[in-house]
Amino acid sequence: MYTEKVLDHFEHPRNVGALDDANGVGMVGNAKCGDIMQMFLKVNDDGIIEDVGFKTFGCGAAIATSSMATELIKGKSIEEALQLSNSAVVEALEGLPPQKIHCSVLAEEAVRAAIADYYRKKGMEDKAKEVENTKCSCEHEEPHEH
Amino acid sequence: MRKVYLDNAATTALSPKVLEKMMPYLTDIYGNASSPHSFGQTARIGVEHAREQVARAINADPSEIVFTGCGTESDNTVLFGVAERYAKKGDHIITTNVEHHAILHSCAALEKKGIKVTYLPVDKDGLVTPEQVRDAITDKTILVSVMFANNEVGTIMPIPEIAAVCHEKGVLFHTDAVQAAGHIPIDVKAMGIDMLSISGHKFHGPKGVGVLYERKGIRLPSYIIGGEQEKGRRAGTENVAGIVGLGEALELAVTNMSETSARMTRMRDRLIEGIESTIPEVKLNGHRTKRLPNNVNFSIKYIEGESILLMLDMAGIAASSGSACTSGSLDPSHVLLALGLTHEVAHGSVRMTLGDDTTDEDIDYVLETLPKVAHRLRAMSPISPID
Repeated sequence: MYTEKVLDHFEHPRNVGALDDANGVGMVGNAKCGDIMQMFLKVNDDGIIEDVGFKTFGCGAAIATSSMATELIKGKSIEEALQLSNSAVVEALEGLPPQKIHCSVLAEEAVRAAIADYYRKKGMEDKAKEVENTKCSCEHEEPHEH
Repeated sequence: MRKVYLDNAATTALSPKVLEKMMPYLTDIYGNASSPHSFGQTARIGVEHAREQVARAINADPSEIVFTGCGTESDNTVLFGVAERYAKKGDHIITTNVEHHAILHSCAALEKKGIKVTYLPVDKDGLVTPEQVRDAITDKTILVSVMFANNEVGTIMPIPEIAAVCHEKGVLFHTDAVQAAGHIPIDVKAMGIDMLSISGHKFHGPKGVGVLYERKGIRLPSYIIGGEQEKGRRAGTENVAGIVGLGEALELAVTNMSETSARMTRMRDRLIEGIESTIPEVKLNGHRTKRLPNNVNFSIKYIEGESILLMLDMAGIAASSGSACTSGSLDPSHVLLALGLTHEVAHGSVRMTLGDDTTDEDIDYVLETLPKVAHRLRAMSPISPID
């Protein structure tokens, strides 16, 4: 049911764990649905994501998409990270079963939530709101039900 | 890598002894059991021998045994059949909220046709009481269907007591015994069971064959139509090898039951106690003692079931879960929710069901592996206060 890439990221998740010196932290999802993702960012003065970490409660796909999302944004600028779409995560994992696409959406949302928190901590409330309000670019067929 | 199969409630391995008895019917004895020539009649002998084996195993008469395609078909036959046959008597069916979907989806389909269904709620251990059944019966009630033992949490229902209430009120009683048959004693006469469903592959028999026991005097319409097989009670050419295999497997299971049951119960309790003593914040789902000898079901708090299964699978252990992620729906198992578990705790369930070939070494291996899995996933979980 899962690609080798998904299983690899599940078995050996990259960047797992909280960052003590994170300056942007976001958490999305809820336990009722069975997945929660928490994303930790350490953004430097040049706006580059120097380090990233995640913690996830969820299925194999939830853990693998979190792991892949951290890989895709590590070393990137905030602007570049905001371009991360759920379909890019799915592509990088060489596919997900249809019923697991929502996990990739959650990974994208977790990144955005962490970036919004980073802006908010810097006193850039407008930017934070903009990131939160931007309709996500993903192509999920149905809204994530909570 | 060590391979440990602990998903015997899903299906069991075919016993080599059973396969041996089936082989002639998959090769030389290929006649249609309904044909009058010698080819057919040789096959017929196999079918009728199996019917006697099944009848003996549950203390029924061979004429009361109907072979079907699976446990689901047996359940469907009862629900739709009783609703049709007893339409003049009433339009009310009583069941529980922890039944298999073979019952629940049939009830939902009948509700669309105007049948009223009462779903009795279970307590935190998964039990309904005879009093609940008594209180729910009306003069329009035509059937009570309560499962013998639950497929997810292994809780064994008070079947004889519930059957007694039904008879006192003149209502037919059916039990889905798919998880119970071959595992715990069943005596349809002593227990007052009117109808009962069995599936061949849950006790080391073959897939694709089931049994419906219909007490004498009950005559349900055939659910599959198009032939006079099974005395007009189930159309379709007999699955002779499957039927022979089911009969043999059930006879073997019943013959060895006291020994198997004692051994499994001991391993089950070792697994339960081992998990409780090595992994903090776990919850045993289902009744601790009124429980199938082969069923272990835990919720491991703060982690999710599919992840647990994947990690166990990577270590060679096959189990199952009531998590939504393994069911393909957004909601976790209806059984775990019926027991009063929160969604969060239900998502973290793992079921391990033992089989005839499960060994103490297998249990040791699980007790060595599962705590590591729980620890790894908890370390990754944003909602876990513990690692």
